[in-house]
Amino acid sequence: MEVILQNLTKKFPGRDRKKKKEVIAVNNFSFSIPDGKLIGLLGPSGCGKSTTLNLISGLLKPTSGRIFFGEDDVTDLPPEHRGIGLVFQNYALYPHLTVMQNILFPLQNLKGRDRLSKAEMAEKAREAAGLVQIEELLDRKPGELSGGQQQRVAIARALVKRPKVLLLDEPLSNLDARLRLQTREEIRRIQRETGITTIFVTHDQEEAMSISDMIIVMKEGIVQQIGRPQEVYDNPANLFVARFLGTPPVNVFDGKIRDGRLYIGEEAVLNGFSKDSPSDVCAAVRPEGFRLCENGALGCELRGVEVMGRDISVVSGNKFSQNPQVRAIISTEQQIDFENSTVRFDLIPRKVFVFHRETEERICFEVSTGGSL
Amino acid sequence: METLMKNKTDYSKIEKKAAVRKRMVSTITYLLLSLWAIVVLFPFYWMVLTSLKSYGAYNSEYTPKFFTLSPTIQNYADAFGTVPLGRYLMNTTIFTLATTALMLIVITLAAFAFARLEFRGKNIVFVLFLSLMMIPNELVIITNFVTVTNLNMRNTFSGLILPSVTSVFYIYLLKENFEQIPDSLYYAAKVDGTSDLKYLLKVMVPISKPTLITITILKVIECWNSYVWPRLITDNEDYYLVSNGIQEIRENGFGRENIPAMMAAVVVISTPLIILFLIFRKRIMAGVSRGGMKG
Amino acid sequence: MKKDKEGSVSGTTMWKKFGSLKAWLYLLPAILFLGIFMIYPLVDVFIYSFEEGYNSASQTYFGTGFYNYSYVLHDPYFLQAVKNTFVLVLITVPLSTGIALLISVGLHSITPFRNFLQTVYFLPYVTNTLAIGLVFMILFKKTAYSDGLINLLINWFGGASVDFIAGPYWAKMFVLCFYTIWVVMPFKILILTGALSSVNQEYYNAARVDGTSKLRTFLRITLPMISPMIFYLIITGFIGAFKAYSDAVALFGTDLNAAGMNTIVGYVYDMLYGDSGGYPSYASAAAILLFTIVLTITCINLLVSRKKVHY
Repeated sequence: MEVILQNLTKKFPGRDRKKKKEVIAVNNFSFSIPDGKLIGLLGPSGCGKSTTLNLISGLLKPTSGRIFFGEDDVTDLPPEHRGIGLVFQNYALYPHLTVMQNILFPLQNLKGRDRLSKAEMAEKAREAAGLVQIEELLDRKPGELSGGQQQRVAIARALVKRPKVLLLDEPLSNLDARLRLQTREEIRRIQRETGITTIFVTHDQEEAMSISDMIIVMKEGIVQQIGRPQEVYDNPANLFVARFLGTPPVNVFDGKIRDGRLYIGEEAVLNGFSKDSPSDVCAAVRPEGFRLCENGALGCELRGVEVMGRDISVVSGNKFSQNPQVRAIISTEQQIDFENSTVRFDLIPRKVFVFHRETEERICFEVSTGGSL
Repeated sequence: METLMKNKTDYSKIEKKAAVRKRMVSTITYLLLSLWAIVVLFPFYWMVLTSLKSYGAYNSEYTPKFFTLSPTIQNYADAFGTVPLGRYLMNTTIFTLATTALMLIVITLAAFAFARLEFRGKNIVFVLFLSLMMIPNELVIITNFVTVTNLNMRNTFSGLILPSVTSVFYIYLLKENFEQIPDSLYYAAKVDGTSDLKYLLKVMVPISKPTLITITILKVIECWNSYVWPRLITDNEDYYLVSNGIQEIRENGFGRENIPAMMAAVVVISTPLIILFLIFRKRIMAGVSRGGMKG
Repeated sequence: MKKDKEGSVSGTTMWKKFGSLKAWLYLLPAILFLGIFMIYPLVDVFIYSFEEGYNSASQTYFGTGFYNYSYVLHDPYFLQAVKNTFVLVLITVPLSTGIALLISVGLHSITPFRNFLQTVYFLPYVTNTLAIGLVFMILFKKTAYSDGLINLLINWFGGASVDFIAGPYWAKMFVLCFYTIWVVMPFKILILTGALSSVNQEYYNAARVDGTSKLRTFLRITLPMISPMIFYLIITGFIGAFKAYSDAVALFGTDLNAAGMNTIVGYVYDMLYGDSGGYPSYASAAAILLFTIVLTITCINLLVSRKKVHY
């Protein structure tokens, strides 16, 4: 099922009733989510991603804008008629019912023509349990399950009605690190097997990047960028997106553009900028965008080296860095001269993004003629 | 296209039906809630109304009137003049304040011992204390009556007050509260050479003030409304509390059955607690839900 | 105070003993009062109940045995009191719990006026049972001058006047039950609204997404989730209703036996004191019988709740 959001806006009345100031949780969100894809809704907490999810589920009504499932306008439809499955952040499994009863619960709500016989219900519930591989837990109560198992039960309960759209609210946030890795692959597998359009909300960029077909990055109610994970990573639309994606995070420097060249301090590091580029910019360099080079363009004072096995993380400082330290990841083949207190890097143009200092919008430059100086 | 149209009408029908149902449910809810509010409030209204009607007017109403055009405060004057309502109020105030104050001292000391001090047999004693919570008052009141009678304490304040200056439940409540105060504060005070009693008064009591206030209010309500024990232990009007006083007014009252004056007395003895409640609404409700019980 | 720090082993034990003594000192007032007014009476009440023909004036008795119990169990007043109490309990506990549940659910579902109504509903808790009982009496009472307000309402609906205070048994029982429910409601509404708001909103959202009807949500989710609190209310309700007394006094006066509306607790007090009083042995036997009944019913309640309450 294709999900289309048209100019979706949600305002909440402000906390302080006297001031009457409204909080805009989602601002003019338009996007069409293609059928059968896994979409990650990503952003820091309070960015409106959970509100967006609740608007799609129908638990909240939008202030303005419309929501379509395929051809149908579902904006004013109550949640139970939308044909969605929803997995809550803390799962919302009914503690007094067994796993089986929990999974059966949505089916028992069906009325009239849709009503299933007991056997059919049990069959469907077992099928859903099979899909998430919890057949052996059916007689237990949620309190007796681990976090990961509860998560699977919640997914089974959401899937048992064969929803058109599956919504997951922070599905991994209550799991420990190892389970998180395992469960996210599990979600990916279940989504592939069922082919249900799935939207999940997360604040963890790694989680979103690793399993989504597409990610939507939000900030303060406004969509920042939509695209395939690699695309967004390689081509962030603005400084916020560049900063938000990737671990370790990008290194941001205060820079200036003069005569088509990018200067960090007095050192020219890149060229290929057009004449009308603004002069005050921020340059964001991915950690893997540094190349150790004896006569490199950028000099930093060496602070330390962290060996991580596969590669080395060089920690250094630069006067113009906005981050407290500059972190570069280089391959173990390169040697570092510890005697020298400064290291010099060349920058890989593809891994450098330049943004307008004020608007934080991306400034393009020609990579082909560019390269290290 | 056709199915699409059909879908659309279906959806709007569903939406409309849901809206109508929602309105209906909320109307019924408000009706029900208002009905109960009336049931609760009406006796209060009736009591105030009747207390403002004159004796003659009240007794000439064959069908009761829901309002009065000529309110009078004569009944209040009668309530204080003809029967010793003022004395009842005074007695109840003394009884309430003394009982509450003594109880606070007793339970604070006991709770401190259980929460902070180490001594042999502490756990056993505490369990024994807790098991006392299950003993109904009705079982022990008989002997207490005999005890107080034998000690010649009938018709005295000590006879009224002493049996109700301990409450196992409040000791328990306070002990739980005391235990939440970090141990480090106690050790810090010890290092500074603070005595246990000083620590209790200067640190623990101020920190636990909210709980102590809740306990105080609940005890005040309990004292103000107590009836059974005072009835058993007093037969001299000089020591009657308001509950016994009101019963006395009802039975031997104003020489004749003077319902408006009786209602005036009821208003007078009900008002203090209602005012207390309106001031400490949140605290009282929170306190009662933590362990209050009427009866 | 600081001696024990440099003190020898014996010094430490001395200190410990002293500390222990101090703790007992703090406990002394509580132990003293509890001992005199709770523990001693508890033992004593059993002794009384077995002392036959105890005379409170001369403090003498003939012998020991079960005569007091047998007397009480054959006393028509006691049997009447038991009957009244059971009728009262069986009517008021389910009714008040049910109505309180209904009101709490309603209260929980609204936003405007919620605080106001909560305050209003709590008012009966802070009123003097005796005093407001008088108001109920005049509302229901039929006098030479007037049939009272409730009869006026009954007449409006075409019914005939009933004397609720001095009339037929069922009418008196109705007033007693009505007043008892009125008095116990605040506590129940308070506890139930608290229980309802402690149910996580996510469960309701989950049920809504699954298209669960309001009724089914209530029966399958809300009710099981608050069932521990409901059982708590039922148990405390039983205990409270078995001890009913002052409500009856408020409505029917102190001579409850004459009104035929006595309760078990009322019987105990009447045996102890007043015109029919002076028999602490009979009172003790009746009190112990009451305690036995309450204990039995509470145990049954607990057994049932262990089976029925979901978690």
